[in-house]
Amino acid sequence: MTDTVDSTNELREVERIIIRFAGDSGDGMQLTGDRFTSASALFGNDLATLPEFPAEIRAPAGTLAGVSAFQVHISDHDITTPGDAPNVLVAMNPAALKSDLGKLEPGGTIIVNSDAFEERNLAKAGYESNPLEDDSLAGYTLISAPMTSLTKDACAELGVKPRDADRSKNFFALGLVSWLYARPEEPTMIWIREKFRGKDLVIAANEAAYRAGNAFGETAELAASRLTVRPARLAPGTYTNINGNTALSWGLIAAGQQAGLPLFLGSYPITPASDILHELSKHKNFGVRTFQAEDEIAAVGSALGASYGGHIGITTTSGPGIALKGETLGLAVSLELPLVVVNIQRGGPSTGLPTKTEAADLMMAMYGRHGEAPMPIVAASSPADCFDAAIEAVRIAVQYRTPVMLLSDGYLANGTEPWRLPDVESFPTIDVEFPSKVNGLDEEGREVFWPYVRNEDMARPWAIPGTEGLMHRIGGIEKRDGTGNISYDPANHEFMVRLRDERIRKIAEKLPPLEIVGDEDAEILVVGWGSTWGAITSAVGRLRKAGTKVAHVQLRHLHPFAPNLGEILGRYRHVVVPEMNLGQLTKLLRAEYLVDAKVISKVSGQPFTAAELVTAIEEVTQ
Amino acid sequence: MSTAPATTKKDWTSDQEVRWCPGCGDYSILTAMQLLMPELDVRREDTVFISGIGCAARFPYYMNTYGMHSIHGRAPAIATGLAMARPDLNVWVVGGDGDMLSIGGNHLLHALRRNINLTILLFNNQIYGLTKGQYSPTSEVGKVTKSTPMGSIDQPYNPISLALGAEATFVARTHDMDRAHMQEMFRRAHAHQGSAIVEVFQNCNVFNDGAFNTITKKDARDAMLINLTHGEPVRFGVDNERGVVLDNGVARIVDVAEVGADRLHVHDETAPDPSVAFALSRLAEDRESPTPVGVFRAVERTEYGRSVAAQLAAANQERGPGDMHGLLRSLPTWEVS
Repeated sequence: MTDTVDSTNELREVERIIIRFAGDSGDGMQLTGDRFTSASALFGNDLATLPEFPAEIRAPAGTLAGVSAFQVHISDHDITTPGDAPNVLVAMNPAALKSDLGKLEPGGTIIVNSDAFEERNLAKAGYESNPLEDDSLAGYTLISAPMTSLTKDACAELGVKPRDADRSKNFFALGLVSWLYARPEEPTMIWIREKFRGKDLVIAANEAAYRAGNAFGETAELAASRLTVRPARLAPGTYTNINGNTALSWGLIAAGQQAGLPLFLGSYPITPASDILHELSKHKNFGVRTFQAEDEIAAVGSALGASYGGHIGITTTSGPGIALKGETLGLAVSLELPLVVVNIQRGGPSTGLPTKTEAADLMMAMYGRHGEAPMPIVAASSPADCFDAAIEAVRIAVQYRTPVMLLSDGYLANGTEPWRLPDVESFPTIDVEFPSKVNGLDEEGREVFWPYVRNEDMARPWAIPGTEGLMHRIGGIEKRDGTGNISYDPANHEFMVRLRDERIRKIAEKLPPLEIVGDEDAEILVVGWGSTWGAITSAVGRLRKAGTKVAHVQLRHLHPFAPNLGEILGRYRHVVVPEMNLGQLTKLLRAEYLVDAKVISKVSGQPFTAAELVTAIEEVTQ
Repeated sequence: MSTAPATTKKDWTSDQEVRWCPGCGDYSILTAMQLLMPELDVRREDTVFISGIGCAARFPYYMNTYGMHSIHGRAPAIATGLAMARPDLNVWVVGGDGDMLSIGGNHLLHALRRNINLTILLFNNQIYGLTKGQYSPTSEVGKVTKSTPMGSIDQPYNPISLALGAEATFVARTHDMDRAHMQEMFRRAHAHQGSAIVEVFQNCNVFNDGAFNTITKKDARDAMLINLTHGEPVRFGVDNERGVVLDNGVARIVDVAEVGADRLHVHDETAPDPSVAFALSRLAEDRESPTPVGVFRAVERTEYGRSVAAQLAAANQERGPGDMHGLLRSLPTWEVS
């Protein structure tokens, strides 16, 4: 670092800062945010991130539709959300300022690339006059830097063409913001050299831009705005900054290792799930087979075929894909084979909001198949938690021979948080038993194999092709329990429908009881599922700090529910359920337990903020 | 090298009651298969039949092997996953014209172009049987059925042309009236490395009876079936008096006496370019014209499962077996003490 003594003295310490980087899709804001995050992670802050980008790869430059943003919350203590209102907005063009200014806290800091505030861009963003020159930003601290021209100047003597230099202006912004918030420079420099290895001119340009941003901060008398956030006091261990899709992929790999079985992923590209396909494709040395199928139906079909062959069949998708896979999921329910179906939920219906988050597929997970076709549902609650949730989904699928729906969402998929790496030795065991012996007698007293004989978990034997003497046929037609023979007998169908329901409900018997966080003697219970965990945790913390007694329970299992959920719900006067849908879990709780659960809904494509939840919980429980 | 224990038809016959309509062509295909199996040097436990939905799709229940009766159209996709996961198995896919060409058409095309080790039997009876008699994607134009009271207006698929268009590496046609020919086609399809498809003309005696009589009845065959034999001139007829020539890439039936035997097309099933096989597939526009049967195409191309295995082996070679501890530390990490 190149801090002068004076400026170091003026570094004010704050508990946390929320910075929002916003720019055109082509401005590299995701990368800038990601680098700032990495530097902060290595510095030791706790953090949470929220990338927000448009569905279009390159919307028209300079327009509101093309704004891509990355919000990061860094803190010196344990945090669980990307923050409420940003303290700092970095706006690389007028459209970014226009679209995101409303999110900034009153009196917050705005850092702009003043070069981009020219007539054409202002018009595209719908500004009639230049907000940098009129009084409209008077209530904010405005740091105006000609990032484009200073980057070009810095690059000029390196022999970088002005056009190419323009692409490095995000590193100018990063350099400036890193100076303002005293981020270490080294991790970014190392990253630049690795990322652009072999492209010396690009490395030089990006480094020069970063340093120019640094220098701008020093020379432009911005010392008064300098702040820093100390490292957080996190539990000892080795940490990495992880997003949900990566954690989920690693969890699947870990589960495969624990089960001693190869993974097979059948998938079709879809936002925001594709990164799991990308990640798993990289790890073939773990015995992972990945198959990019011709469509969503083939994706789940191939996974089911692999499961039939003794692999852990997995399919990953988002809501529209689940709709297409429904018939195959019904088959998997009928075949009673392990299968993990990962739904990275996004805004719907139809194409909806491909890059925005929502959690409105719970009812589809519960009931989205024809006939009575129950399957267990597991939900992840934070980016790092996707790892554990994936292992749990595989465990249930394998142990109970059933398809399992694993729910994540766009916010968890792309958001990041520091993750204290677990000890490989601590992973749960997943026992797999492939039968090798016959288990029944036919009418003539000969020993035969019956595919639908059940163990104590009501799971049928997973007899895989290649096993001598166990040849058998399975299918989607109703079958008799035990023999597995086709049966259209009315009483048998009634028996089988109830049996399939019971065997999934029975999973609850071996689930650990739910743990309540917060006040045991509270009148208010907040029930969460999925990515609402972070905002609920933060909101409940604030309410309690302010003297309100609140309890929080987060559901890992949405079907079946943990065995003590009903008893817990009965203890509280108010049961509130924040959901990124119109009340799907709320309906299930009301139906199952006859409690007056009340929903707090948000369906804007964005996660709850803690502040919103504090207000809403107070309103609902008044 | 013989490894599988000796078996008979009985060993390959399951204990399930066969539930096709009496007189259905499916019976003769099933018998042909159960009789052929003991000759293929494969073990029952290593053999899997996967089907979708339809009359033909009941086939797996009757074979004493592993089997899955899945859902409509999806058998090629499910079988692809199984074959990728378990290249040690012999995976057969059985389906009808509705199952494989209509609702599951996409999966069939992709299975064929990938060249994964599947032996696909397409029972073509040109009708929907299980739903009781609607026209199918191979029904002829004008066909009157329950859903086409004024006659079908849909141009039918030619399954052989379709398979060749997808660049399938093994494409053959046979019919349910000739067990020996069926078995020869099944045997060759089974031996092929990659996706193999055999179209079987199959009579539905309830909803489309006699659809192939004009070409497959014993007394019609000599005149109406063109047997394709690799390396031989394409000739047929009661007295072998007719043959096939290629004119500018188009196959045409001629009298041998008129053009001379030297001009006849010599069948080459191994030709890398599928165009000539495609031209032959166009010969029979309807069941009134002589129709080629036999192997249209049998070429070698890397089998998909081998490529999958090769990439796994290469990844292992380069990076060693997966190390979970290392994977967790593959992104930047930091220590908190």
